[in-house]
Amino acid sequence: MSQQEIDQLVDQDYKYGFVTDIESDTLPPGLNEDVIREISTRKGEPEWLLEWRLEAYAKWLTMTPPDWAHVDYPPIDFQSISYFSAPKKQGDGPQSLDEVDPALIDTYNKLGIPLEEQKMLAGVAVDAVFDSVSVVTTFKEKLHEAGVVFCPLSEAVHSHPELVKKFLGAVIPQNDNYYAALNSAVFSDGSFVYIPKGVRCPMELSTYFRINQQNTGQFERTLIVAEEGSYVSYLEGCTAPQRDENQLHAAVVELVAETDAEIKYSTVQNWFAGDDDGKGGIYNFVTKRGECRGDRSKISWTQLETGSAITWKYPSCVLIGADSVGEFYSVAVAGKKQQADTGTKMIHIGPRTRSTIISKGISTARGQNAYRGLVKVLPGAVDARNFTQCDSLLIGDQCGAHTFPYVEAEEPSAQLEHEATTSKVSDDQLFYLRTRGMTEEDALNMVVNGFCKEVFQKLPMEFAVEAEALLGITLEGAVG
Amino acid sequence: MLSIRNLHARVGDKPILKGINLEIKTGEIHAIMGPNGSGKSTLSSVLAGRDDYEVTDGEVIYQGQNLLELEPEERAWAGVFLSFQYPVEIPGVKNIYLLKAAVNAVREHRGQPELKAGEFLKLVREKLKVMQMDEAFLHRNVNEGFSGGEKKRNEILQMQLLEPTLALLDETDSGLDVDALRIVGEGINRMRSPDRSVLLVTHYQRLLDVVKPDFVHVLAQGEIKLSGDHTLAQRLEREGYEGIEAA
Repeated sequence: MSQQEIDQLVDQDYKYGFVTDIESDTLPPGLNEDVIREISTRKGEPEWLLEWRLEAYAKWLTMTPPDWAHVDYPPIDFQSISYFSAPKKQGDGPQSLDEVDPALIDTYNKLGIPLEEQKMLAGVAVDAVFDSVSVVTTFKEKLHEAGVVFCPLSEAVHSHPELVKKFLGAVIPQNDNYYAALNSAVFSDGSFVYIPKGVRCPMELSTYFRINQQNTGQFERTLIVAEEGSYVSYLEGCTAPQRDENQLHAAVVELVAETDAEIKYSTVQNWFAGDDDGKGGIYNFVTKRGECRGDRSKISWTQLETGSAITWKYPSCVLIGADSVGEFYSVAVAGKKQQADTGTKMIHIGPRTRSTIISKGISTARGQNAYRGLVKVLPGAVDARNFTQCDSLLIGDQCGAHTFPYVEAEEPSAQLEHEATTSKVSDDQLFYLRTRGMTEEDALNMVVNGFCKEVFQKLPMEFAVEAEALLGITLEGAVG
Repeated sequence: MLSIRNLHARVGDKPILKGINLEIKTGEIHAIMGPNGSGKSTLSSVLAGRDDYEVTDGEVIYQGQNLLELEPEERAWAGVFLSFQYPVEIPGVKNIYLLKAAVNAVREHRGQPELKAGEFLKLVREKLKVMQMDEAFLHRNVNEGFSGGEKKRNEILQMQLLEPTLALLDETDSGLDVDALRIVGEGINRMRSPDRSVLLVTHYQRLLDVVKPDFVHVLAQGEIKLSGDHTLAQRLEREGYEGIEAA
């Protein structure tokens, strides 16, 4: 596409009345086939991937946004969004921490993140002697020795095309839902992880260490494949607020676990939540699904969701292999005027498949928190079992908690259990702890962390510590 | 130590305390007795800083400070401890976690160094022994699934760890069987010290057989109707509150 054509595209978009000051490496707002071609060209993608994107786009055009979630927002104008922003060069970022939003630095300090790491998270340009660079290098060498592939998806398209081709969209088809279709058409980048047969990944894979983590676009796409008998623990996201100029995040995460393989996927999500009246903030519309394809395979999702104006997210497990296991451990916080509609789907297909769902929803201020979960047992999933526990905690009297459990059991031998509770942080609890010398804030943190403990225990150790700290920061000012 | 002058307090529109006057000197144990609804628990709650109650008149001076101006945690840091009539459950929080956090919060404000895990464990084991409590207590969630007696023992355990200067014990004897009553009573006796004062709120005399108070006050209809030494408790036991009020 020539510059002239791009200019025409821009002009075309103006008819919608949007004038945006665009940096040279960002495509003008708007979505059509040419934009998708341009994205693919700029990323130097092979033809088959462009075709795949176009196919997804064609499907997306026939679809309508979902309206069943317990969230409320004005319609999104998809033509007002820019769908490609080239990763900024290091020189473009802030030159020192002095140029970074002080509120962000304040949060980093509260979380106890080391200074050098703060620079990396904030996207500060770093020179060659930066400590983490060598950390990243040793890290990569170690993984390489083990045969683990861990790289940006855009790189994997070239280095491992046969794997990407085989698994991309294999778990979440292009037309799975409106936002997954959009992501398939325009996805920017994300992680690709491949664990070969019998390999236990020698370390937790964290997006902290992925070199191009900064400035990854709003349409992330991650693919993790664990071959027979392998194990991997993947930590996603960042425990500090990633301020983002974009409104819509529509990510896709696909997991494949073969026989006896285990994938542990942990997320701490703290996108910008908007102000107290819900202005600004991220719409986090994410599709995450894992397939337990092989016998005795296991996939666990653990998440702490504290950010975003709206969260629409249901990390799911399709339990195909016999004796395969799906787990979902979630803490979702809705404060300010946040809306969270989150939960999981457990689809039992194979015999003796087991799933566990522990969902903890915390609502404060004017936050609205909904758990939405589906447990589906297909005929033939003999002796399948599910245990679901949904607990809601209310702080204050202007917030809300809602539970929407769906059960579809078509196999008579299946055993399903569901427990749900709703409680309030009581004045008695806070007073009791304060008479023991705790400040009101510490008292609230103690009650809330107690409520979340079952889930935090599932997070990798250092993540759990940060999760507690993050929860504390999120709830600052929730009482008093 | 503690000087309560003309204290009035109410809940909503309902006056509960109607002019309490009480002087507690350092090292003294005072018992407040009275029928149900007399305002006994309100008095200890107001002193600990519960904000369900509105103080409408009077003042409370504790070690030269206006106690009523302090937040509940500030009172704790200053050495005030309330043993709850109904200790509160904190699901998911291990007892040992609360105990350590409490001890270190109070130590911090007293300018003492934080106790490390090992030091704390040593201290808490010592106190558990006194209260004849099993170490398993430490790893149970705070008051969750505790029997009435276990909850009260846990309160006194906390008092032993926090070493308050003023202990307010609200109906610590209720819900205790004979053995537990003796253990709790002895736990309180061990805390007797020339530097420490205790305000014991109770409905019955039986705890006072174990913990002998220096003074006994009878609270009825929001006022102290009668004060005396420990023999007053025995008289109450014989004659009942009605007899005293009629007198």
